[in-house]
Amino acid sequence: MINMFEVNETNKMIEQENLDVRTITLGISLLDCIDSDLEKVNQKVYNKITGLAKNLVQTGEDISKEYGIPIVNKRISVTPIALIGGAACKTPEDFVTLAKTLDKVAKEVGVNFIGGYSALVSKGMTKADELLIRSIPQALAETERVCSSVNLGSTKTGINMDAVKLMGEMVLATAEATKEDDSLGCAKLVVFCNAPDDNPFMAGAFHGVTEADAIINVGVSGPGVVNYALSQVRGENFEVLCETIKKTAFKITRVGQLVAQEASKRLNVPFGIVDLSLAPTPAIGDSVAQILEEIGLERVGAPGTTAALAMLNDQVKKGGVMASSYVGGLSGAFIPVSEDQGMIDAVNLGALSLEKLEAMTCVCSVGLDMIAIPGDTPATTISGMIADEMAIGMVNQKTTAVRVIPVIGKGVGETVEFGGLLGYAPVMPVNTFRCDDFINRGGRIPAPIHSFKN
Amino acid sequence: MKKTIITVVGKDTVGIIAKVCTYLADNQVNILDITQTILDGYFNMMMITDASACEKTTGEIAEELNTLGEEIGVNIRCQHEDIFNKMHRI
Repeated sequence: MINMFEVNETNKMIEQENLDVRTITLGISLLDCIDSDLEKVNQKVYNKITGLAKNLVQTGEDISKEYGIPIVNKRISVTPIALIGGAACKTPEDFVTLAKTLDKVAKEVGVNFIGGYSALVSKGMTKADELLIRSIPQALAETERVCSSVNLGSTKTGINMDAVKLMGEMVLATAEATKEDDSLGCAKLVVFCNAPDDNPFMAGAFHGVTEADAIINVGVSGPGVVNYALSQVRGENFEVLCETIKKTAFKITRVGQLVAQEASKRLNVPFGIVDLSLAPTPAIGDSVAQILEEIGLERVGAPGTTAALAMLNDQVKKGGVMASSYVGGLSGAFIPVSEDQGMIDAVNLGALSLEKLEAMTCVCSVGLDMIAIPGDTPATTISGMIADEMAIGMVNQKTTAVRVIPVIGKGVGETVEFGGLLGYAPVMPVNTFRCDDFINRGGRIPAPIHSFKN
Repeated sequence: MKKTIITVVGKDTVGIIAKVCTYLADNQVNILDITQTILDGYFNMMMITDASACEKTTGEIAEELNTLGEEIGVNIRCQHEDIFNKMHRI
């Protein structure tokens, strides 16, 4: 039978170490909403999402109360809208109407974000893909809860450099379109290489075309729990360190598995995956950077950071895999700058640079995330940063992403405030040497040799 | 059987157990096991209860016990046992 020690351990994780389930994300296929009449598409999308998601928020809250575990976000992901609107949308403005419908639904069912205003263009763009991409700045400026993502490359297809060039321009245009809010629109826009179909985390969540009609995906979190566990084994060797991370990750993930199964049962929607992630928040103690510092770095960004992060990421997966029946999504440690107090501090102290963050993305779960850069950064430079990150993902057969925020009107040393879970960030310097001729070549970078496995 | 775990933590005072047990009795919640100790002057209690006969949901009981805890000046949590079983048992 459960004893007092175990009960206290769990409750201490929840009360003092910020253990929570970060998100229950309901994935919904909109493929059956396709129509050549734009008005009909909008109506079908509205009806389908409200029908399936009307009980999502209440169910999340019920589970949270019953088990005494906070469930921070309830969200929705949908099939990439470029596929859904392709037959009906003739202009970027047509696509914006779909974004507004998604925003309206999100508000009505009470979810804080809806993801899937997306296009998958890793090898080439259809006319619809391009229209959707060109509509992103307006769509994000005129909606509140819609998140957008674009997959620009994969290990199997190489990198679509035409789309990389276009997305550099769109990131900047989105920043410009939302400059009144410190370019907040860019916090809801992410580009990927090897984007997963079942990611529950925003801004990159979308419901892949390989998925069922509806699915429940859950993202867990708990940097504070890992941090506390590691503070109990200071000075011990790597074997002890790794074992501690694994055991802690196992316990955290079990909670995610429980919540996912319960939500699946109550909503009568199949369980998809648990995303084994360490997702930081700006809350004190809920930081991945602090874990790395607990492992032995004076500040994150110091030599040894990449090795420490690689080990952390691997142990989280090893501990979590056995705790869940299906694992997927991004799975690993996130290293967003604005959402992690330890990262912010390291940047302010000059310990952490953009280049070191790029190195860290080779071994963490995703990529350059929530990084504020000067508003006068050229579009081609942003495309260059995207291309670098896509290359890391393509060659290493992992998911990589870029979510940078060129803050219009702000420069290095200034701070930008996004609010809530998105936090705040110091504007970081970007290498000012140009890459225009590289980006302007056009075409695509072929898939790497090791992708030919057949 | 719908087993729930009730934990009470806070400054020790007269009548904590009495008040919690009265609430449980009024709501047809059966107590299966009680562990209680005083740690550094702090009252620490864990109860394993069976709420099958209770018409309220675990969530509702949790809210009401939380309110009761605020009245007494202690922290009371009521959780479905599965969160602990899942985390600590393979």
